[in-house]
Amino acid sequence: MSICAADPSVSGGQRIFTIAVMGNPNCGKTTLFNALTGLRHKVGNYPGVTVEKREGAVSGEPSLRLLDLPGTYSLSARSPDEQIARDVLLGCLEDTPRPDGVLIVIDATNLERNLYLASQVLELGLPAVIACNMMDLLREAGHELDIRELSQRLQAPVIPTIGHRGVGIDKLKAALRDLCTAQRSVNRPRQWSLHEELEKEVRHVAAAMTASGFASPEGANGAALLFLSERELPANDHLPSLVSHSLSEAQERLRVHPELDVSLEVTAGRYAWLGELVDACLKRSERNLHGATDKLDRIFTHKVWGLVCFAAMMGLLFYSIFVLARPLMGLIETGVEGLQQFTARHLAAGPLRDLLTDGVIAGVGNVIVFFPQICILFLFIALLEDTGYMARAAFLMERIMSRVGLPGKSFIPLLSSHACAIPGIMATRVIENPKDRLATILVAPLMSCSARLPVYTVLIAACLPGNPWTKATVLLSMYGLGLITALTMATVFKKTILRGPTPAFIMELPPYRVPRLSAVLFVMWDRSKVFLTRAGTIILAITILLWAATHYPQNAQRAAHYEAQREAVLASGAADAESRLEAIAREEAADQLQHSYAGRLGRLIEPVIRPLGYDWRIGIGLVASFAAREAFVSTMGVVYGVGEADEATPSLHKRLREAQWPDGRPLFTPLVAVGLMVFYVLACQCVSTIAVVRRETNSWRWPAFQLAYMTGLAYMGALLVYQVGSALGIGS
Amino acid sequence: MTTIPLDSLNAGEQGHITGLAGAPDVRRRLMEMGLTPGTLLRVVRFAPLGDPIDIEVRGYHLSLRKHDARQIMLLRQ
Repeated sequence: MSICAADPSVSGGQRIFTIAVMGNPNCGKTTLFNALTGLRHKVGNYPGVTVEKREGAVSGEPSLRLLDLPGTYSLSARSPDEQIARDVLLGCLEDTPRPDGVLIVIDATNLERNLYLASQVLELGLPAVIACNMMDLLREAGHELDIRELSQRLQAPVIPTIGHRGVGIDKLKAALRDLCTAQRSVNRPRQWSLHEELEKEVRHVAAAMTASGFASPEGANGAALLFLSERELPANDHLPSLVSHSLSEAQERLRVHPELDVSLEVTAGRYAWLGELVDACLKRSERNLHGATDKLDRIFTHKVWGLVCFAAMMGLLFYSIFVLARPLMGLIETGVEGLQQFTARHLAAGPLRDLLTDGVIAGVGNVIVFFPQICILFLFIALLEDTGYMARAAFLMERIMSRVGLPGKSFIPLLSSHACAIPGIMATRVIENPKDRLATILVAPLMSCSARLPVYTVLIAACLPGNPWTKATVLLSMYGLGLITALTMATVFKKTILRGPTPAFIMELPPYRVPRLSAVLFVMWDRSKVFLTRAGTIILAITILLWAATHYPQNAQRAAHYEAQREAVLASGAADAESRLEAIAREEAADQLQHSYAGRLGRLIEPVIRPLGYDWRIGIGLVASFAAREAFVSTMGVVYGVGEADEATPSLHKRLREAQWPDGRPLFTPLVAVGLMVFYVLACQCVSTIAVVRRETNSWRWPAFQLAYMTGLAYMGALLVYQVGSALGIGS
Repeated sequence: MTTIPLDSLNAGEQGHITGLAGAPDVRRRLMEMGLTPGTLLRVVRFAPLGDPIDIEVRGYHLSLRKHDARQIMLLRQ
């Protein structure tokens, strides 16, 4: 089995060379990748994981294809990112052939730690080029780096670069071209030694790797050391049996040497060698490399000012996605409505017109209406990440969030979810630990988003007695309920289904950098686009489905009945013909909805929602809310025959207050209204959320679970409110 | 001289690492980040709520929870 022998991919008669790009987080790898590819690349996912896969051709060099690997500190496989990076380099990842070479990006201002990863990669024997980035910062501080010496000692070409200014890019391209022309593995023997026993086992395993074709003779020692330094055999069925046998035997033999501390051997040995290497290449000046960062951190992580600045920044973020996005969203909504009216006017009445206006155009509207919020949030996040403040935010919030078992980085996604869970869930990408990320995704939709506000407003205005203060208190309680439930559920999930050892919090606080507008905008666009292409399609499909559910089946008899009424009005020539026609249209819409699939579903679930104090009409509202929660308001407008309505329509308030059960009891009592609000706080009635969770977790399992647990919570919550309230005789 | 755990250092104090204990994965990760025995380490500050800690090691800043920092033994300088 030769998994590693990559077939040369050929395109248009020209051999395509794949070069993997590796580097530590914050080393400027992405900036270099963008500079080399000229911002043209594809974003995808590695199979089965949510690690992003970015590929692009070097601009002006169509035969050179770059594959941007996740930023990592080492090649040991403890996180999905690291595992992907290692497996790609070793050529044992499905769908991704072993690269023809590597571009290793190192941060010149942090050589030892960056070279730790670089030297691990170099020992794998692949043809390699090293980009020594951030040379400007090094020179400004008066340090001198002997590039030639560094290159000689590492046995690979080193190109000094300044990524954001494009300095060194041409030389880098030339070096990558040379690398592909030479095209052969390079033997770079490890220049530091291990414990005798470990050294022996490395040779054994390396022999098995070479014999089975798993690694090249030049890279086998490096690969063998990587696997041997893991405590357990990798759960990786891509290893040839010869290799896995030899590995487990070697580890068995190593276990009888308790004095042999493998972790210490492989890390301390490498760092000792790197310490000497850097001393020989770098002439340090007295000046501090990170003087500005130290000064800024005195404010941003200060006991008082740090928290004040953080609160101000989060306030600004919240304000922007909540308030600034509004006019843009309004604009989009107006545009969508205009388009609907346009098609309604220019197409003949019929199923096709309805499908286009109320299904397709409304569906597209449902997708792009989120776009302003998503763009603004990602703009903020990109800014926070690019400046280095994101790590400080996590540093400040770590303690508070750890109380509920979440990492500090969950704060921003959860805060943003108050505007909308869609961008909030997408923002969880900043959380490295998969279980922490999943827990955050699962509870994010419990935060009261802006789509719930119209529902709260209409119910409070129409159904609750009392002065404005009482009403405001109820509204705030709904936000509080969402927040408290989310934090409680996070704790529950982290203690049950997402239980695991608390991941160590080992986070670099990178130096502050001036953000570059182009890079920030690029990241914003890159991530927002993913929403449109991946989640958008699902949202569109489900919106069309829900539209069909509220408009079908249609009944010719009913249509004829209303048509006859209309003709009678027109024939009578009455002065109030127009208003009577409108009344007929409202009645017909209500009639149609009641007899539609959604209407039938509303009746079908009536026995289930009866204990909550709801009738089938509210049932229809609940069903229709899945398109978007605010659809509850417009659906109630149709059900109660007030036509087009929003939360401020007085006629809708009146009709809700007057609504009755068949026996004459009022339907929307204050108790039912509060119970309904609690239901809306807790329920996951949002197809867009489901679509985004599907996209972000790469499976239907988690969105299904989320829908189930949130619906369960909502039902229990509303049941509790109604039954306890009724028993105590409150608010009936 | 006796060694003390990292979390008992005050802000601004420094010391050389003498050894690391604790969960193997965490210990390994810390060493990969450059916290190997013999390395000089400085406590820069504590977060406003007392945890985590901001330390400087090998010319860069790293933040750790006190819980994990307790496993790192130092010789105060």
